[in-house]
Amino acid sequence: MADKIVLEIARYAPERDDKPSFQSFEVPLRKEWVVLDALNYIKDKVDGTLTYRWSCRMGICGSCGMMVNGEPKLTCATFLTSYGNNATVRVEPLRYFPVIRDLVTALSDFLVKLQKVKPWLIHPNQPPLSAGEFLQTPEQLDLYKQFSMCINCTLCYAACPVVGLDQEFVGPAALALAQRYNLDNRDQGSAERLATLAHPDGIWGCTFVGECTRVCPKHVDPAGAIQQYKLTAALDWVKSFILPRGHKDAPQETAHD
Amino acid sequence: MSETPKKASNEGFLWLLFSAGGVVAAILIPIQLFLFGLAFPLGWLPQPSYDHLVYLMSSPWVRLYLFVMCSLPLFHWAHRFRFTLYDGLQVKHLNEVIFAFCYGGALVGTVLAAYLLLSI
Repeated sequence: MADKIVLEIARYAPERDDKPSFQSFEVPLRKEWVVLDALNYIKDKVDGTLTYRWSCRMGICGSCGMMVNGEPKLTCATFLTSYGNNATVRVEPLRYFPVIRDLVTALSDFLVKLQKVKPWLIHPNQPPLSAGEFLQTPEQLDLYKQFSMCINCTLCYAACPVVGLDQEFVGPAALALAQRYNLDNRDQGSAERLATLAHPDGIWGCTFVGECTRVCPKHVDPAGAIQQYKLTAALDWVKSFILPRGHKDAPQETAHD
Repeated sequence: MSETPKKASNEGFLWLLFSAGGVVAAILIPIQLFLFGLAFPLGWLPQPSYDHLVYLMSSPWVRLYLFVMCSLPLFHWAHRFRFTLYDGLQVKHLNEVIFAFCYGGALVGTVLAAYLLLSI
């Protein structure tokens, strides 16, 4: 007698449905199966119209994030057995994102926010390639390495209540990635980023709920990055207040979007 | 996401007050409560006399300590209550009123604490 598990999956086709509804599928419960395996089983054997994103199956690509029983999860890393035999597992698209179809969310707003914080090395006076590598000590790498592990899976956005309340909030992953580059000693772009980050819609929108860090599958700790940056920005404010002249190249003047 | 750097700078200042107030509220106030709420009344430590406490108040450092203990946690409250109203009750459109009520309240409390401490 094979073990079974029921998946209640959110279905939505914009050309047909006014709002999402749930459809139940019974799938075999195999010890080594994750939620994504069950979705692939349904798509291959039961209903080929089921739509969802996935790619690597190994927690690197960040595309299979969904709400599993109300929790943001990478479905490739969430084992069916953790819900038990004959259980019902509810699979929905990631919360707070517009739904395109079934379990697929629109990422355009996130990508705009991501681009706004300039998550790349800004290095205006970059030495020529002939000058050799830009060496970094292990200590310099450790400063930002944790924040560089982000895979843009957006689970942290689905976990963050501030994202749910304020669509303008830049959000955990983008803020953590900005901090990843701010802390990189090869980068000189922190002044350019500050106006976007030290903004009521940036770090100051965060109320330190900490859910982003809890759900992050790569242990990035976006909440920690944001808190760290709050202190940097606040001390920057103090400096600009005490030394208005010496602080001339401060972020406010140089920032432009 | 319009750029309003000036507002952003003020947020940094308010956040510093919030953080400092949180530290004071978490570290100094429990010590005070322990001493005057438990240790002295229950006789775990010898009770200082009223005259002795009044004498202590003549030191500017004691007054400063009490002032910091009264004022900063009020700003901690202001910040936290402001965001509780924004997110909890979802009344962010009343931003100006909430802002004035929270930080204004903390300011009034601060002035009152300063007045009381100076008039002893």
